[in-house]
Amino acid sequence: MPNQQDIIQQLQREILQLQGSRPPGPGQAELELGPIQAAFPNHSFPTGAIHEFISMRPADAAATGGFMAGLMGGLMQLGGVCVWVSAGRTIYPPGLKAFGVPPDRMIFMDMRSEKEVLWVMDEALKCEGLAAVAGEVRDLDMTVSRRYQLAVEQSRVTGLVLRQGSRLLQPNAAVARWQVKHLSSITEAGMPGLGFPRWKVELHRVRNGHPGSWEVEWRAGRFHFAAAKKEVQEDILRRRAG
Amino acid sequence: MGKRFCSLWFCRLKTDYVVIRRPALLTHPFVLALPDHGRMVVTAACKRAMEEGVQPGMAVADARVLVPQLDVLDDDAALDTKLLRQLALWAIRYSPHVSINAPDGLLLDISGCPHLWGDEHIYLQQILDTLRSKGYDVRGAIADSVGAAWAVARYGRGKAIIGPGEQVTALLGLPVAGLRIDPLVVGRLQKLGLDRIGRIAGMARQSLRTRFGTELLLRLDEAFGRVDEVIEPVVPVTVYNERLPCLEPIRTAAGIGIALTRLLEKLCTRLQQDGKGLRTALFKGYRVDGKVVEAAIGTHRATHYVAHLFRLFEEKIPMLEPDLGIEVFTLEAPKVEEVGPMQRQLWNGSTGLQGVSLGELIDRVSNKISAYVVTRYIPSEHFWPERAITTTDSMNEVAVETWSVTRPRPIQLLVRPEPIEVTAPIPDYPPMLFKHRGVLHTILKAEGPERIEQEWWLATGQHRDYYMVEDEEGVRCWIFRSGHYKGAGQHQWFLHGYFA
Repeated sequence: MPNQQDIIQQLQREILQLQGSRPPGPGQAELELGPIQAAFPNHSFPTGAIHEFISMRPADAAATGGFMAGLMGGLMQLGGVCVWVSAGRTIYPPGLKAFGVPPDRMIFMDMRSEKEVLWVMDEALKCEGLAAVAGEVRDLDMTVSRRYQLAVEQSRVTGLVLRQGSRLLQPNAAVARWQVKHLSSITEAGMPGLGFPRWKVELHRVRNGHPGSWEVEWRAGRFHFAAAKKEVQEDILRRRAG
Repeated sequence: MGKRFCSLWFCRLKTDYVVIRRPALLTHPFVLALPDHGRMVVTAACKRAMEEGVQPGMAVADARVLVPQLDVLDDDAALDTKLLRQLALWAIRYSPHVSINAPDGLLLDISGCPHLWGDEHIYLQQILDTLRSKGYDVRGAIADSVGAAWAVARYGRGKAIIGPGEQVTALLGLPVAGLRIDPLVVGRLQKLGLDRIGRIAGMARQSLRTRFGTELLLRLDEAFGRVDEVIEPVVPVTVYNERLPCLEPIRTAAGIGIALTRLLEKLCTRLQQDGKGLRTALFKGYRVDGKVVEAAIGTHRATHYVAHLFRLFEEKIPMLEPDLGIEVFTLEAPKVEEVGPMQRQLWNGSTGLQGVSLGELIDRVSNKISAYVVTRYIPSEHFWPERAITTTDSMNEVAVETWSVTRPRPIQLLVRPEPIEVTAPIPDYPPMLFKHRGVLHTILKAEGPERIEQEWWLATGQHRDYYMVEDEEGVRCWIFRSGHYKGAGQHQWFLHGYFA
């Protein structure tokens, strides 16, 4: 006789599957996000869903872009292609390489207006076989996000929407709402130069999950979490010890 | 099957056009005239004036004597070429191969076309009826050779359609002017009593050549179909084109969609058999009122997949205005490329840059918006940040260089470096603070400089000393000083990008 707890968990998983949260299919990469994964239903990053990223300042957009690139790099590790749709793009392709995204496997679609971005993003999300689609739009309302969510449930593409300077945080159908901000990098005392990129990653809203906040560092081609500080020091100590 | 040609002769092209524009002139005799050697000379006369004896080439004063109430209008020397070109473009609905036969006719290579309308009688009748309903007095003939069709259209008395191989008998009774030869030669032939083609057809070639020149023999051979004659089409004929005449003019989007599907199926079957795929396609609708509506698409990879091509055109169907209806649809593929025979299996699945769904996405976006909005970058062998990448429109192009990660590069690069005000402790040292758009940033950490030289063989200008700096909030910027430190206020600092 199985444990009552197990049965409940099993049923919860099934409900989640019915709600559109499915494990990655064949040919789709699974993301390794350490402690952040505990925030998601089923303890896995929801692929084939719409994630929105809020950034208020241009500088925050760079941090968000870096985090998104890190996620896309993870999603592309099996050789997929990503699409970046935007109007007035500032993303510099060579800068993506450091986050595990081969810039030549990123297709940039540069539109003239937000309206075109919304249409192209919709088309791209319907396109099966893409690893991820990133789009820069200011506002994402219920209607548009619902349409995107329905499109990705069919195509299993992960959609990342970067909302820059948006003041209207109305409810929408995106699975998760993130905000990424810069944190001062960690360097050894007395040493010049900059450390690895560090961000404060906040998960404001996540469907069927638990919002939270983490300090994330990008180092050696992967994310390092909360305990980053300690690890770095250990690293340095080890080096010193020789 | 041999070639078939149709010749159309507009008996009074210019005056008919004037009447179409000004119907009041229909019942009034008028001529078109141009000044020549200080007097006005008639260049074209309407039917009524011709009946009264007015002939082109006559002085206007003489014509006025014959017809006192004659109206004289200014002629436009370029009008006939313009009109013939318009008519030729209109006639493409009957055959893709239409050429202008100056000064007053059209020539159509109709091989393989009449059966689409029924037979040659119905075909010719329809062309003539439509032109006559427009207001042009036109005669036409169909024969095996250009020369025979030309002669029968202008001088033929009997039937207008000369069956295959019958052109010799049809020509024998026609006047020699039907041979398209110099009027002087015609005059000499007539003086000698050789007024019919039949009279000279049997003569020794040698004597004809010595007396009347080689042109007569050439024209004779051309008319009899012994020598092939090439006519130059007004619009170059594409190899891959399909046409679909409609019984009734099509006016609805659904109807246009059906026509498009039929044409695409025919064209794609042909392309597939030849192992080709189209890169561009042009869908044209010839409207009842003589206008042509068209929609063009392009694909970034050669394809002959009907469903995909239809989807590309689908966006454009609402843009086609059928107005009173579209009579004939044509679909042509001006640009085709070889495609592998395995393509059909590939239409499904497959991720990566060669993925078919990605290709379809790119086609949809570039056809709806513009072909220039989709870019893919490959590294370029330059350190200068703006030149370190080049765009490529091909999905197959593999980067020769690898993406370098030895030097840090920002994730965001401003389109144009933005000037900033900087306080630096000593020259060539990272700045302590900088002001960008009125906001002060205190620099806590800095790395650099990385000097990037201007490539003098490409552009002139100062080198840049790049610093990677981090302010008190952790925002990481890429700033540079243009040129060397030259004392206060001599050099300029710029913000060029943001690091993640």
